[in-house]
Amino acid sequence: MATKNQTKIVAEPGRQEIFIIREFEAPRELVFKAFTDPKLLVRWLGVCDMTMKIDAWPSGDGGYWRFLHVDNKGNEFGFHGVTHEATAPERLIRTFEFEGLPERGHVAMETAIFEALPGERTRLTVQSVFRSVADRDGMVQSGMERGVLESHENLDVLLEKELQLS
Amino acid sequence: MRTRRDVFQAIADPTRREIINLIAYQSLNLNAIAEHFDVSRPAISQQIKILAECGLVVIKKQGRERYCEASLGQLGEVSQWIERYRQLWDRQFSKLDDLLEEMKAKGRTRKKK
Repeated sequence: MATKNQTKIVAEPGRQEIFIIREFEAPRELVFKAFTDPKLLVRWLGVCDMTMKIDAWPSGDGGYWRFLHVDNKGNEFGFHGVTHEATAPERLIRTFEFEGLPERGHVAMETAIFEALPGERTRLTVQSVFRSVADRDGMVQSGMERGVLESHENLDVLLEKELQLS
Repeated sequence: MRTRRDVFQAIADPTRREIINLIAYQSLNLNAIAEHFDVSRPAISQQIKILAECGLVVIKKQGRERYCEASLGQLGEVSQWIERYRQLWDRQFSKLDDLLEEMKAKGRTRKKK
């Protein structure tokens, strides 16, 4: 097994954009498919304490998409937008809005570029551009809270295992 | 709109980032800092004022001189929230790695048939 590829985040202070950069040990046709085929998407997207439900998923340009993360108490967190362009296997451009915000209209635009690398590998670069710096920071910080929640959950699992061993 | 005065605003500007680098290990007075830049002394003074308002620089009087001292504890705040966000995506991409391996294996068996 090759060493795990690192996830890189570029979020310069005071800017409205954030980049997520990651390489994969698979050709971009497969990576693109894992991003666009709803059956495959639910298998990796989302944090482990939530189930992911796909409400609408477009097959091409101009399609409306919506998915929900549902936590174990039944709380639903919805996200939706429109696919501007889906050009397999190289480019995916869409709008993105979190429905849980106090007001509508805080929409980001996401551009995912799937770049073919030598040796059947792929470099993914996702650029999200937000309406304001505050919107961007808010999005990242809410992600952080989810991340913290998840790691607590993982810790619980770990502690349970430890208890069973002792 | 009210101007933001926090650590994020402080490091948004390249000149301000450079000032922080300069004084990170030693306190310097305004003239010593201004010497490192092509811009005017008042312009540097203005940037230092912003850094002070954001809490990243403390200005200390020593006799007639005013020294600028870096106060960098807050910088951890920035890297921490980005690191958590990174970990969140890293976990999802690990799952994607597994899925891609599976897809690759399926492709291979199909080719054999």
